[in-house]
Amino acid sequence: MIAARRLMTFAGLLLAWQGIVWLTQAPGYILPAPVAVAAAFVAHAGTLAHHASTTVVEIVSGLLLGSLLGFGSALSLSSWRSVRRWLLPVLVVSQAMPVFALAPILMLWLGYGMASKIAMAVLIIYFPVTAACFDGLRHTPRGWLELAATMRATPGNLLRSIRLPAALPAAASGLRVATAVAPIGAVVGEWVGSSAGLGYLMLHANGRMQIDLMFAALVTLATISLALYFSVDYALKRALPWHRQTLADDEEENQ
Amino acid sequence: MSAAAPPGVHVRIARLAYADSLIFSGFSLKLEAARCTCLLGRSGSGKSSLLRALAQLLSASVCELQIECSDHLPLTGRVAYMAQEDLLLPWLNVLDNVTLGHRLRDRSHNRPEVRDRATRLLGDVGLRGSARAAPGELSCGMRQRAAIARTLMEDQPVVLMDEPFSALDAITRLDLQNLAARLLHERTLLLITHDPLEALRLGDAIYTLDGRPANLSEPLRPRGPAPRPAGDEQLLALQARLLGQLSASVP
Repeated sequence: MIAARRLMTFAGLLLAWQGIVWLTQAPGYILPAPVAVAAAFVAHAGTLAHHASTTVVEIVSGLLLGSLLGFGSALSLSSWRSVRRWLLPVLVVSQAMPVFALAPILMLWLGYGMASKIAMAVLIIYFPVTAACFDGLRHTPRGWLELAATMRATPGNLLRSIRLPAALPAAASGLRVATAVAPIGAVVGEWVGSSAGLGYLMLHANGRMQIDLMFAALVTLATISLALYFSVDYALKRALPWHRQTLADDEEENQ
Repeated sequence: MSAAAPPGVHVRIARLAYADSLIFSGFSLKLEAARCTCLLGRSGSGKSSLLRALAQLLSASVCELQIECSDHLPLTGRVAYMAQEDLLLPWLNVLDNVTLGHRLRDRSHNRPEVRDRATRLLGDVGLRGSARAAPGELSCGMRQRAAIARTLMEDQPVVLMDEPFSALDAITRLDLQNLAARLLHERTLLLITHDPLEALRLGDAIYTLDGRPANLSEPLRPRGPAPRPAGDEQLLALQARLLGQLSASVP
């Protein structure tokens, strides 16, 4: 039922796309028809797969590294007051600087390879992950903390058995946001300077008026982002079964 | 059962205040050893604050108090606490929730003797078949039973309970009162409640709290062992008196 509905939405979008091409009579170098894009997919399958694999590695590495960094920062922020005092303002100020503006500097420092793209992805997800995890760690329900206090919990055990698991749902929201924005970081990095990746392929195809290939790369990128998001979402739901019980009904409906 | 005989507890609160609202000033309450002391009061009368003060959950800036036990040992570390919510951790199963204290103190929750005792206690509260269930799968009454098992697992001579049955329906509440009376007698128990009947069924000494700063009434001492039958005439007469006291009190 859900699959049928999604398929219909997809078919509807394709039809609308084709309809616009027919109506506006746009030339292929402005808006290629779906069939032309599909043909580009077939013709350039090898090229697309090669560049897509580069981008996937950049996104996933950035996601892993950024999440670990964010989680670690949140943990130290919540554990030590002095860290909070020094690091929190730095974090907030760092957000005032547009990450995209840093891309050329990262190229300069880390080169044209994958490192600079991974760094972009890390930078762009670091703050949402840190903020979400820190929030989760700060808002352990008071009742649990008091119960643990009467049980004479050691700080380490309290963190491990109550505060960390209690923060997981918030951390999961941060991770979902991170998964959604990490591809942006990687692709922006590729635009600024690279020799591989879907971002590079799009610029390259654009320069050579291969707009159908450019669209094919765009569709590939969107598919990768969606697949990544839904896998992470699915894994998080499986990992936190107790959290699902507390979700509102309408949220279940939308899945 | 605890190895040592439960102590009587005398708490004196010189001052307990939040911001500029003074809840207790020069207040004193004695919990008799191995008896159930009930504290009744309207919402906001300070009864939960008193319990939290006894559980030493309040910072010294909020509360200045002195606690003396009849056996001249400190009260710290000899208290089990049960709140109005069951406070079960949703990511642990029922058995692991019951052994939470061991997990938090020294991670001894997987020792066979600890698990055996927890399993026995789950049997005592009627949850033998639910040891592996997640708390989310249980009804309110069952969750509160699990919380009682967790409280008993702590095996402390002094037990503090803050309206533990207030979220339950009337019949489940009577059941759990019987259960608590059976399993918690021989401990020094402070039970906070807003239900006069509950206090009269379980309490050996019943106080009401009113005014600001709060004052304690003279205690009522219903006859007979707890749990007293809900239809007892003595109880009904005392209930009318308690209700009168409570409705006359300033919240």
